[in-house]
Amino acid sequence: MTIHFNKEGFEKALASGQTMLVDFWAGWCGPCKMLAPTIEALGEQYEGKAIVGKIDVDEEQELAIRYGVMSIPTVIFFKGGAEVERKVGVMPAQAYQDVLDKLG
Amino acid sequence: MEQTIIVLGGGPAGLAAAIAARSRDKRVLVIGNPIESSALAKAERVDNYPGLPGLTGMELLEKMQTHAKNMGAEFITGRVIAAMSWGDSYALTVGSEVYQCGALVLTPGVVQTAKYPGEERLLGRGVSYCATCDGMLYRGRDVVVVGRTEDAPAEANFLQSIGCKVTYIATKRPESLNESVGYLPLGKLEVTGEDRVDGIVLNGEKYPCDGVFILRKAVAPADLLMGLELDSGAIRVDRSMATNLPGVFAAGDCTGRPYQVAKAVGEGLTAGECAVEYLDSKNQ
Repeated sequence: MTIHFNKEGFEKALASGQTMLVDFWAGWCGPCKMLAPTIEALGEQYEGKAIVGKIDVDEEQELAIRYGVMSIPTVIFFKGGAEVERKVGVMPAQAYQDVLDKLG
Repeated sequence: MEQTIIVLGGGPAGLAAAIAARSRDKRVLVIGNPIESSALAKAERVDNYPGLPGLTGMELLEKMQTHAKNMGAEFITGRVIAAMSWGDSYALTVGSEVYQCGALVLTPGVVQTAKYPGEERLLGRGVSYCATCDGMLYRGRDVVVVGRTEDAPAEANFLQSIGCKVTYIATKRPESLNESVGYLPLGKLEVTGEDRVDGIVLNGEKYPCDGVFILRKAVAPADLLMGLELDSGAIRVDRSMATNLPGVFAAGDCTGRPYQVAKAVGEGLTAGECAVEYLDSKNQ
């Protein structure tokens, strides 16, 4: 499952300390739309192993600024409540899987 | 979608590929810049294209484009900024639109691949190729637009309209640029910053900014498609114009010399036909 985070939901998920993948995106961004099915598929694949979510930078500008998102899509990985890695731009699914598998 | 062939580039190679694929009844989408910006459009006279000597480059292009349109090829004007493979098809984005296809023919011509110092290192960290995608993230901040295309002034105006403080850099100030947009003449340029852009150095002088939008005619194919093999800077192809990536073909100037219309057209025809064969074999 892929969760559409608002700020409150994101903070709660972050506080859980679990491995988390968050896709920062927006509706005006073609590459983000192109990445969307990959993120959805990761949500299914890592069900129960990692939290997979999306943040609309237009609605949650504060989060985008806090994490210094300067280009979308940006995918940020969290573990233990902190950022551990990020990937900017569209990548093949394998690139995200590798990070998630490594984080466990 | 699976049956669609996307041709990336609307010069002679792309148009020949489109005509070849249309004559085998495949849906064809040609994505490219306006034909006026093609290198051939600037040729005053083309005398070595068999059967049609003495035409200007523009006349030749127009004839070919009309032919492709009459055959039913569809045209989209724009720049592809990202591409990815999805199963055995490909997805490409132009601005905020996404297009999918079962086979791809690359005919972008010779694409400028030289980058500015700092550009690659800071890509996604303040350097962007897409004003539509990333502009909103720079509202209220200083950005620089390096305009290397005809539509770059419109993109700079767009950034200014959403609240960015824009300085436009080009060889000369375009007339279509809003008066409120700043301008600096292009010279020796470097993008600076540690882990994110903090400015540019232009002709030895530092200008602070948070974002640098570099707008070129096309993103180089090897930057679009991860793993695309090159050979001395040209796309590596075999006799069927197939690249090393499944379902991706290339033709014309991007595969190497000679940079001639007849060579581009021959390669385009082959690429178009082989893309059709590829789709048909996949569906069997």
